[in-house]
Amino acid sequence: MEQVAAGTISEPLDLVKLSLGERVFIKLRGDRTLTGNLHAYDAHMNLVLSQVEENIHIVDVGEDGTAAPPRIERRGFEMLFIRGDSVILVSPLLE
Amino acid sequence: MLFFSFFKTLTDQVITVELKNDLCITGTLKSVDQFLNIRLDGITVEDPERHPHMMAVKNCFIRGSVVRYVRMGARSVDTTLLEDATRRGEFMVRVLKGLRVD
Repeated sequence: MEQVAAGTISEPLDLVKLSLGERVFIKLRGDRTLTGNLHAYDAHMNLVLSQVEENIHIVDVGEDGTAAPPRIERRGFEMLFIRGDSVILVSPLLE
Repeated sequence: MLFFSFFKTLTDQVITVELKNDLCITGTLKSVDQFLNIRLDGITVEDPERHPHMMAVKNCFIRGSVVRYVRMGARSVDTTLLEDATRRGEFMVRVLKGLRVD
């Protein structure tokens, strides 16, 4: 396995490892996204986040079948476990 | 294994389990197993009008695979310990696979 420099990314999960304790962006099934501080993960992508903000992206469909502009429902959680089978992607959030 | 141990530390605490069908169940965590199946006692359901069939249910077993989130109080979690355990878990996986350890 080629290393560019010590401590860099060689496996996909290394990116998640480097994000431990940092703020991350998570995309989930069901048009949900989360941002929060990552405290734990495993190979299933089960996660524990704190200071979480969840955005649910909803497109309402009118009676005539046309889509209204998408709206976002927001919720906040202080500590949250996320089951890995809902996770689509995990990305470091650079602020 | 990490999350199994994590949930074991949360036993007898009040947690809210949000299922993939949007049902939210709050109750006292009585036990958990390796599949992250969860047993809750003294449960209440958020928005009981939407889920009237749940009104008579006082305790339940939740299959791990139907869980979306588990919400808990920030005070019941030692985040430093959790991060260390995650790094250690990763380390053990690499050792077992015979991969480079750094």
